[in-house]
Amino acid sequence: MRYLPKSPADREAMLKTIGARSIDDLFAPIPPEYRLNRDLKIPRQMAESEIVDWFRERSRENGDGYATFLGAGAYYHYRPVIIDSLISRGEFLTAYTPYQAEISQGTLQSIFEFQTMISELTGMEVANASMYDGSTAAAEAVMMAVRLTGRRSVVVARSVHPEYRQVLSTYAFHQGMPLATVPFKDNGRIDFKELEAAITSDTACVLVQSPNFFGTIEDVEAIGELAHSKGAMLVVAIAEAISLGIVAPPKAADIIAMEAQSFGVPLGFGGPYCGVIATREAYVRQMPGRLVGQTTDRNGKRGFVLTLATREQHIRREKATSNICTNQALIALMANIFMTVYGKVGLKELAKQNLAKTAYAAQQFAKHGKVLFSGAPRFNEFVVQTTEDPYAINARILGHKIVGGLPLKKFYPELGNASVWCCTELTSRSIIDTAVGHVADSERSVRSAQQEEPAEEVTR
Amino acid sequence: MKHMTRKATRHVNQNEGLIFEKSSPGKAAWKLAPLDVPEVDTKELLGSAERKDLGNMPEVSEIEIIRHFTRLSTWNYAIDLGMYPLGSCTMKYNPRVNEAVSRLDGIANAHPYQPEKTSQGALRIIKTLSDCLLEITGMDAITLQPAAGAHGELTGLLLVRAYHDAQGSSRKKVLIPDSAHGTNPATAAMVGYAVENLKSSAQGMVDIGALEAQMNEDVAALMLTNPNTLGVFEQDIHKIAELLHAKGGLLYMDGANMNALVGKVRPGDFGVDVMHLNLHKTFSTPHGGGGPGSGPVAIKKQLEPFLPKPVLISKPDGTLGFDYERPQSIGRVRSFYGNFGMFVRALAYILANGPDGLRQTTEDAVLNANYIRKGLEGTYDLPYSIPSMHEVVFSDKIQARKGARTMDLAKRVIDYGFHPYTTAFPLIVPGAMMIEPTESESKEELDLFLEAMRSIAQEVEEDAELVKTAPHSTRVSRLDETAAARKPVLRWKPTP
Repeated sequence: MRYLPKSPADREAMLKTIGARSIDDLFAPIPPEYRLNRDLKIPRQMAESEIVDWFRERSRENGDGYATFLGAGAYYHYRPVIIDSLISRGEFLTAYTPYQAEISQGTLQSIFEFQTMISELTGMEVANASMYDGSTAAAEAVMMAVRLTGRRSVVVARSVHPEYRQVLSTYAFHQGMPLATVPFKDNGRIDFKELEAAITSDTACVLVQSPNFFGTIEDVEAIGELAHSKGAMLVVAIAEAISLGIVAPPKAADIIAMEAQSFGVPLGFGGPYCGVIATREAYVRQMPGRLVGQTTDRNGKRGFVLTLATREQHIRREKATSNICTNQALIALMANIFMTVYGKVGLKELAKQNLAKTAYAAQQFAKHGKVLFSGAPRFNEFVVQTTEDPYAINARILGHKIVGGLPLKKFYPELGNASVWCCTELTSRSIIDTAVGHVADSERSVRSAQQEEPAEEVTR
Repeated sequence: MKHMTRKATRHVNQNEGLIFEKSSPGKAAWKLAPLDVPEVDTKELLGSAERKDLGNMPEVSEIEIIRHFTRLSTWNYAIDLGMYPLGSCTMKYNPRVNEAVSRLDGIANAHPYQPEKTSQGALRIIKTLSDCLLEITGMDAITLQPAAGAHGELTGLLLVRAYHDAQGSSRKKVLIPDSAHGTNPATAAMVGYAVENLKSSAQGMVDIGALEAQMNEDVAALMLTNPNTLGVFEQDIHKIAELLHAKGGLLYMDGANMNALVGKVRPGDFGVDVMHLNLHKTFSTPHGGGGPGSGPVAIKKQLEPFLPKPVLISKPDGTLGFDYERPQSIGRVRSFYGNFGMFVRALAYILANGPDGLRQTTEDAVLNANYIRKGLEGTYDLPYSIPSMHEVVFSDKIQARKGARTMDLAKRVIDYGFHPYTTAFPLIVPGAMMIEPTESESKEELDLFLEAMRSIAQEVEEDAELVKTAPHSTRVSRLDETAAARKPVLRWKPTP
């Protein structure tokens, strides 16, 4: 086996040193009745060329080379080449969690920079080293609010990513945390009256997403004011990190649960991504996940260490803030490099391009179909309602190697034939025009069919 | 240094500040393509939601970024540099073909919501990996959704809970041996279970008498690591499973140490009901400085109705799809389908090995651990003399007499060009030194490690202070962790 660095002679010599007659001696502790005395029934050992061929075949079966209007929590942005050059360095790729600070300063300093940039972008005072993804970050942020307030129940906007809400309800159910869901209004924002009614003296926090699942930017300041006036915290989920380049960060939030996938992380069929929690300094001891802090060594030299470990499972065991151990360090490094590449000016310009493409697309769609939620600002997603089933329209668009917007029936049946469309800097005008053309054709043919229908009635 | 080894030589490495300290207005590492749609007035579109300023985000050029991160990288130890004997962490070689195939266009750029029709490749990868892992574990069904080992534990215990609830018996407790990983009790608490500690026997295994006494109808499950954290196979595993099953409890196996078992014995065959795997340990996906991981959960038939949604299914027409209609499901534990990129890498690893390669891998891992055990026996105290599987736990008892503790010895290992072993774990061994070499080490590398460890033991006898003040060859040494925790500085701020 080509990964194993031993010759048969090495193995013999080592067995001899150990004083074992054969390798089987070393497996003697396993009761004989449980030993597997046959080959595993898995594919035979393959050559590297065969492995590459096998996965190339899978890649081809997987919509290789399609343009996409899908967003909904996973965004297709350009990834600067140097991200992969740098994360492929073995010293980053093949290092363990930086518990031994002296030989982990590279990872530690880069996480410190990540924490700094996430803090700058979210407007929060501190950020952790990463969580699994946006959905689990949101669930953990909510549980953090429960610990901080001593209250038990949670109010969630229906416009939060449906899968984030599903994850939250899995976590909450077994913690005995009651969840109340608040609907959205016809501008796509949370219904304030309903929100006000939903917050009780037992509400630990209100969870909203902004931009929300429809791309609509919530009035976070007002929501924060309302939540705080009733003693509840505000947790804001951010699924599209690029929005932070042009959308004001939610200053009223007590905790921000973010998905940093947009920062240079490949779509990769849903993962690995990079969740992160940011909050105020006062709450840091209730924050889950790893944290890197700056300190000095015995010679007074600046260095970095994992810190506040007394929150964590390996020290506190059942009293820890979370069971999280391994997180998403390498993916956080991708995000870190991405943020460094675009920086203070580039991130803003990038976000502006997303905004412009989306504004153009929404305008074009509105000429032929119905664009919902136009009463509030949006970032790079918008909802189009069609007369025809969006799956049918998408099937035709797919023929042009374009993946249309995400039909919302599964998550929001009340919106009927609606889809959420996403444009990024990579969505070209001609692709937008092609997709708009198909929606326009669909609307036209439905209209002409409707005009024909009464005639049919008469003849019958 | 007194007894410098053949393993490492000091050499110059570059100093590098924080990226923010290199920033100045006007530098840039980005260039956007010209906009092909009309410009927009952001103020008009966003109103009061418009962001004006991005604070202290850096402004630097591309070459500076390359040098910055390359310099930082040289301050890290890594498997690519040498042996990484962290016990319980299975730091094995991360094959590069795994990285290459995970970056193929149709795989790296697949959107999780793209139509099923154009997702067949990704679904086939999930299906093939699932089938392989089921065969390797001897279990009946699997979910790949959990994002890491601890997340797998959470999922596994949620399944346990759902199973008992469906039986109409809401149990309150989970038994956890005192040798267990900290994630086990932390997970049980997250699921709302009370944690009951199970004492280890004098041999470092589950104390059957204690288990008999503590097992009752209120116990939902026992969370067992096998081989346990001493690297010892629980020989009474059938009795343990029987005791649990007799009272309706389930046997949960923490698969952290699966590298000792693959191809040689299957948990499903020795009574395990639910277990998680760590693809970033046993199945070679890179640890990346602390993730991403992936923690699939494999289960026996009776737990299948409760699996997280969605579940992969084969359709009558031969295509693959997701089933969301799972009324008894515990729900979702993560958005989308889990850390898919890790599935790709783990499967590439399994295909590169095949059945013979995986068996040889396990044998070599166990061979290496026993070689180290033999080589250090006598030099270091071996608190439990029962046979080792893939890792071996020594203690600092002999060296502690001269004041050198496990952490001191570990720091000195750094000067010899190795990453330290795991210190102070498992908790049942005072001054534990837990060594897991994995199969990836050659005899030469192991001999260098043994040489280093023996040399350090000698240094303790001759000049304990040298060891107690190690490391002496690193950029920074003995960072002040107390100060870091007392007054946390968790981000950079410009000096006013």
